Amino acid sequence: MKIDIKHIAKLANLPLKDSELVKLEKQLEETLKYVSNLDEVDTKGVEPTSQVTGLENVLREDEVRPSLTQEEALRNAKSTYNGLFKTEAVFSEE
Amino acid sequence: MNQALNTLTITEAKEGLKSKKFSSVELTKACLERIKKLEGKINAFITVDTEEAIKTAKQADKELSSGNKLPLLGIPIAVKDNFCTKDLRTTAASLVLEEFVPPYDATVVAKLRDAGAVILGKTNLDAWAHGSSTETSDFGPTKNPWNTNLLPGGSSGGSAAAVAANETIAAIGSETAGSICQPASWCGVVGLKPTYGRVSRYGLIAMASSLDRAGPLTKTVKDTAQILQVLAGRDELDATTLPKEVPSYLSGIDESIKGKTIGVSDDYFEGVERETVEKVQESIKTLEKLGAKIKKLKLFEPKYAIAVYTILQRSEVSSNLGRYHGIKYGRDRSYFGSEAKRRIMLGTYALSAGYYDQYYKKAEKVRTLIVEDFIKAFKKVDLIVSPSTPSVALPLGSSINHPMFGEMADALMEPSSIAGLPSMNVPCGLTKDGLPIGFQFVGPQFSEKLLLNVAYKFEQTHERSVCEI
Repeated sequence: MKIDIKHIAKLANLPLKDSELVKLEKQLEETLKYVSNLDEVDTKGVEPTSQVTGLENVLREDEVRPSLTQEEALRNAKSTYNGLFKTEAVFSEE
Repeated sequence: MNQALNTLTITEAKEGLKSKKFSSVELTKACLERIKKLEGKINAFITVDTEEAIKTAKQADKELSSGNKLPLLGIPIAVKDNFCTKDLRTTAASLVLEEFVPPYDATVVAKLRDAGAVILGKTNLDAWAHGSSTETSDFGPTKNPWNTNLLPGGSSGGSAAAVAANETIAAIGSETAGSICQPASWCGVVGLKPTYGRVSRYGLIAMASSLDRAGPLTKTVKDTAQILQVLAGRDELDATTLPKEVPSYLSGIDESIKGKTIGVSDDYFEGVERETVEKVQESIKTLEKLGAKIKKLKLFEPKYAIAVYTILQRSEVSSNLGRYHGIKYGRDRSYFGSEAKRRIMLGTYALSAGYYDQYYKKAEKVRTLIVEDFIKAFKKVDLIVSPSTPSVALPLGSSINHPMFGEMADALMEPSSIAGLPSMNVPCGLTKDGLPIGFQFVGPQFSEKLLLNVAYKFEQTHERSVCEI
C-alpha cells in the first residue's frame, strides 16, 4: 500500500513538518493494517448504516427565531471588519 | 455531621438540604475546598468556577427555603470541558480552543441549570475527547485518585476522577465509544452511556456525530437515574434526539429482577485479566442469586467492532474538525496536538477519492451486521453483561505512541457504541492491589429503565468501595 502522505495533509489542511509526515505515514499504515480484518466479513448485499435509531427527514418550520446577536457571534473571532468575519482572500488572480 | 459533605451522593445531599442539615453554600464550599486540596495531585479540572458556583449556591439556598423542589437544586456538578458553557471558557482540552468563551450553553448544561444544579467547573479530557487515558490533554494528564501513578481512563477521565476523589457530588461526561464507561470502570464509579438520541448533544463539541452521546458519572446508580431524568428527551436543537416519552427512571428501580434473562458471551472474556474475569463471574452469580436467568450467547466478535469504530470515528473526526481554522473562533490548525492530527489524517485518507467505498462504506455495512446481531440477541435475552474493560487502570504513559491504545482499552464497549445501545459501568469490587474492577451492562435501545433497575439491584448486594485519597 502506498500512501501519498503529502496529498492527504493538503486535503486535511494540516501544516505538518517533514518529521511528522514520516511518523504519521508509518502510523497510518499500521492502523490501516489493523482495520483490514474487515475484509474477512462478507457484506455482499448488506445496506450501510449511518443512523442507528431510524429517524428520517427531521424537519421544522422555516421561521425566524431568537439567535445569537452579531456581537456574540463575533466575540471569539481573532479578526473582524465592520461586523463581519475577516478572512484571507480565497480566490487569487493568476 | 460526621461525613464530609463532599463525599455525599445526590440522594444524600438532597435529603440533607431538604432537612436543613446544611446549605448548598456549605455543600459547594466543601467540594471547592476538596478541589483546592487535591488538584495538585489529580488535575481533574481545567477550569474551576469558584465565584459563580458560590453565587449559584446562594441562589439555590434562597429557592430551597421558599420550598422550591427542582430535581438538582443546590447540587454541585462538574461538567466535562467539551460541553459549551455560556461565558465560561470551554477548551475541549485543546490549545486550539484555549481562549474560547462560548456565547451559549449546551442543552445538557442548560438543563442542569434549569434543574437547579451548581456547576463547579469544567473537567479535563483527552484533547477533543480523542483517547481513553486523559493524558493527551493539552492541559496535562489527569491522574487516577486510587493510585496517582495510574491513568484514570478517558476521555471523560477528569469527570471520573473528580467523582471518585469526592471533588464533586456528580459529573457529566460524553462518550463516543467508552469515554464514559471506561474511565468510570478505572476510577470505580457508576457511568451511563444513554441510547443514541436519548440525550441532546447540542453544544457538545462534536467528535464522531453518528456515535456521540452525553451522560452522567456518579457515585451510585440512583444518582445516575436522577441525572438522566433531567437530561433525557427530545431537543429541537439536536435533530438526532427522539420524540420518545421519557419514563420515570427512579420509580421501580428497586423492583425484583426475578425472571430477567441475562446474556453472557465468551468472546467478551477473551484477553481479559484474570482478576477481572473472576470478579465478573462472581458478579454474574450474584445476578443469578437475585433471580435472573443466565444464558450463554454468541455475539459478533468485538474485534470487528474495533475496526468499524476506528474507520467511522477517524472519518467523522476529520470532517468535524474541519471547522477549526481560526476564523470564527479558536486558533488555527497548527495548534492541533499529535493525536488529533493522527486521526484527522486517517479520516481524510479513508474518505478520499478512491478509498471511500473500501473503508467508510465497508465499515458502515459491517455496522449494519453488528446492529442486526444485537437485535437478534435481544430477542433471546433482556440484557447482556461482561467485564467493562480488559484490564484495570494502566500506568501513566501507556497511551503514548500507541495509535490503537484507546481501541484496545475500549474493546468491550465499542460494539454497543456502534449499535447505539445504552450501557452502564457499575463497580463490582477491587483487585488485590486495591484497584476498581468494572461490570458492564448493555441493553437494547431505550432500555435505560431496565438497565438502571438491574444495576441498582446488583449495586445493593455489596458495599461501595470508596477511594481513600
